[in-house]
Amino acid sequence: MVRYITVKLLYMLFTLFILATATFFLMKVIPGNPFLGEKKLPTQIYNNIMEKYGFDQPLYKQYLKYMNNLIHFDLGTSMKSTHLTVNKIIHSSFSNSAKLGIAAIIVSIIAGIGLGIISALYHGKVIDHFTSILAVIGVSIPSFVIGPLLQYFLGVKLGWFHVAGLKGPLDYIMPTITLSALPIAFIARLTRSNMIEVMNAEFIKTAKSKGLAKSFIIYHHALRNAILPVVTYLGPMTANIITGSVVVEAIFGIAGLGKYFIDSVTNRDYTLIMGVTLFYAAILMIMRFCTDVAYVFVDPRIKLSGREGNA
Amino acid sequence: MSEVLAYKPVLEVRDLRVSFHVREGEVQAVRGVDFHVNPGEVLGIVGESGCGKSVTAQTLMRLIPSPPSRIKSGSVRFLGEEVLLKSEKEMQQLRGSKMGMIFQDPMTSLNPTMTVGRQITENLKKHLKMSSAAAQKRAVEMLKLVGIPGAETRIHQYPHEFSGGMRQRVMIAIALSCDPALLIADEPTTALDVTIQAQILEVLNDLRGRLNTSIILITHNLGIVAGICDRVVVMYGGQVAETGTVKEIFNHPKHPYTEGLLKSLPRLDTSKDEPLIPIHGAPPDLVNPPTGCAFTPRCPYAMKICQRLDPGLIDCGGTQAARCWLNHPKVQEAKA
Amino acid sequence: MASNTRDSLQAHSSSLEWRDDIFRPDDFEDIDVYRSPGPDLQRESISAWRDAWLRLKSNRMAMFWLTILLIIVIMSIVGPLLTPYDYYTNDLMNTNKPPSAEHWFGTDDLGRDMFERVWMGATISLRVGLFAALIDLFIGVIYGGIMGYFGGRVDEIMNRAAEILYSIPHILIIILLVVIMTPSLFTIVLALGLTGWVNMAWIVRGQIMQLKNMDYVMASRSLGASSARIIFRHLIPNTLGPILVTLMLTVPSAIFAEAFLSFLGLGVQSPAASWGTMISDARSAMTVFPWRLFFPAAFISLTMLAFNLFGDGLRDAFDPKMRK
Repeated sequence: MVRYITVKLLYMLFTLFILATATFFLMKVIPGNPFLGEKKLPTQIYNNIMEKYGFDQPLYKQYLKYMNNLIHFDLGTSMKSTHLTVNKIIHSSFSNSAKLGIAAIIVSIIAGIGLGIISALYHGKVIDHFTSILAVIGVSIPSFVIGPLLQYFLGVKLGWFHVAGLKGPLDYIMPTITLSALPIAFIARLTRSNMIEVMNAEFIKTAKSKGLAKSFIIYHHALRNAILPVVTYLGPMTANIITGSVVVEAIFGIAGLGKYFIDSVTNRDYTLIMGVTLFYAAILMIMRFCTDVAYVFVDPRIKLSGREGNA
Repeated sequence: MSEVLAYKPVLEVRDLRVSFHVREGEVQAVRGVDFHVNPGEVLGIVGESGCGKSVTAQTLMRLIPSPPSRIKSGSVRFLGEEVLLKSEKEMQQLRGSKMGMIFQDPMTSLNPTMTVGRQITENLKKHLKMSSAAAQKRAVEMLKLVGIPGAETRIHQYPHEFSGGMRQRVMIAIALSCDPALLIADEPTTALDVTIQAQILEVLNDLRGRLNTSIILITHNLGIVAGICDRVVVMYGGQVAETGTVKEIFNHPKHPYTEGLLKSLPRLDTSKDEPLIPIHGAPPDLVNPPTGCAFTPRCPYAMKICQRLDPGLIDCGGTQAARCWLNHPKVQEAKA
Repeated sequence: MASNTRDSLQAHSSSLEWRDDIFRPDDFEDIDVYRSPGPDLQRESISAWRDAWLRLKSNRMAMFWLTILLIIVIMSIVGPLLTPYDYYTNDLMNTNKPPSAEHWFGTDDLGRDMFERVWMGATISLRVGLFAALIDLFIGVIYGGIMGYFGGRVDEIMNRAAEILYSIPHILIIILLVVIMTPSLFTIVLALGLTGWVNMAWIVRGQIMQLKNMDYVMASRSLGASSARIIFRHLIPNTLGPILVTLMLTVPSAIFAEAFLSFLGLGVQSPAASWGTMISDARSAMTVFPWRLFFPAAFISLTMLAFNLFGDGLRDAFDPKMRK
């Protein structure tokens, strides 16, 4: 177990290292920097800035310094808002994103698994077709379409919710729906097909041959086996939610990390871009790591070894 | 097998008809099957795949999902009660307690995410209302009974920690845990290695002596039947082709299909020059079953009447009966 | 000839149902049916491809969405010819007009005809989907083919590299790449292609791993066929089904990514019209001019729905579990 976790952790750090290196050099490839804007700065000030960010140093020294800072969890200073460090920006904006993200994850898991099970149990019935259609719609309609449509109908036409902002608990509803539509659909489809497969499995027949009641069989035998693979989706789901949050925060005017990320991209604020990218990647990898470890606990078939548990 | 008990069969199946509704139409998988199982007896049901033997077995426990299947007619009397008229709730009382079943593939018939112990005890708790401790104790006993070493520790393990043969023993332990009157074994050894097959058969053979369980053994392997069964039902095309004691069937097969099965079986006591003879052709189309004898297209003795009329089961003396015109006195007269 | 093997036969027919008058004179003549072929020999052999096509054709849902897809493809070419307008000319006298006989889908804030712009958007989306899928295919098949075929150490290292790429959120890399290369259709497609092939590579790898131990590969190897020949002659033709399915499901995600970037202002630049740009532009005025939001929103949703559902149908058609 210790070995398994260690190996997974090392891979995670290695991936982050590769990503950090790649982003660093990508940023260096771009000609110019944000200070070479339309307004030309006086040479003296420009040189001071260059010195402050260490851009006058040779490349390898810049890289080493960057890496050294990273090890100390220092993501540098924003190039646009020069009084703010990237750490501060992330610190102040991430709580909004995290609240939304966690709400979306919880809603996705509960609604996705629930819908999946219902449609599997009523396989081929009206309710199954209905959820299947809902799931396909969830997969197919992009968040930047769902968001504005919700705003238009629920916000403007019906006036149920505020079109933008995150002031009260009700304000979470539209962004959460927008953010979780895709993962709900994915989880529902995954759960449904797993559940149908499991219900046709031989061991369910064995359970029936023992005279167990249907509800008992579903709860004790089928459910666990059907939900297990959903655990593996938690990693990709986090990725989806991070991607979605960028759009959702823009649509609903939420001051979260996604919004800063987009601002940093349009402003060419390189330290912020690098910092946020690494931060997102780290969250995603930690989620994946947790999923891998969790899977070992929930599935008795996976034998622990340092290598991938592709069982 | 005592004479008296033979009048009171554990299970009696009369004119059982089961169909499946698929896109191509109605597949008449079982077309009027009759047989019975006497107390303490091992009945073998033999036939090639698609002959309806598994469907029959699962119908006895009402385990085939409906739809697509439909029990069209017939009667299944088990311990004097009609199984086909029971509600799902009543069936649940019956399954696992009075009737146990083991399946073909032990690798998939156990729940991979539940300990073996729990898979045995849930049965005991449900039917015998045992406490956890008592059920646990009984589970260990059962595992010992089917020959699993280290039963005390193994009940805490998961199925993937058992070999195929050991898993089938676990299945037997589960099926027999409530001391059922009837055990239905659906191809219990087909998925196993030959040496393991022998061990599993030995377990069954050993247990039938010790418990008062009748066994229905479904197989396509006549060799297994010879080793363990008392009586045989040979099925072909959803019907009983021939029935009788093992001795009768093996010594004097009265149906060309049985004869073919026996000829295609390698034997030690025949000379090497005598070739194994395969049965040519394929099983009948059960969507449009033939009006005559279903075996006609593959039969070396086929006559004109075989295409036209189904003979029904013709009594051949002793306990033997066969669905073949050759056993009709009129035919024998003509052929003589 | 039949009777000599049946010498032991004895008549003990006590309970016969048949009366004697059912018999016809010729009933007991032998017939020669013995060698007639069974139904298995009569059935024509259907190739896997024909099989898949037949199944696809009988799947009404899949065929319906295929038709919708074809209509979208045709309209993206023909649509612009149906009106006297084009997608880029401003008409400041006719801004924000609702749908009418002149402008079927209305006009936008610069008076550009929305019908024209919607079909222009379709062209962009389809092009992005197509080219991104082709790049995926190219890199994925080669990378996955090498991984699967050689296995062992090569596979392990290449797999590790693919995993690293896979574990980074794609959209972030795409955004980075697009920012660096300046936004355009070309950079978007390139960025999509460079990041999206991992899935395809894994599919190909898995298929090849499964197939390479099969008999016919062994046979051609024992006949001295080279590795390249085995890959291209034997393995790839047999993995085409799953590849096609993956490809079909790559297209909607590429369309989504392009629209996503355009929505964020990182995509195709004005006056070119991407559905994402149109939705983004329409948002600020959606309470007053909702049609500017609805038409592009409806068409991107319809297109993605069509690709996803047709892709599902295709997968069902190729799934060997469905084969009987």
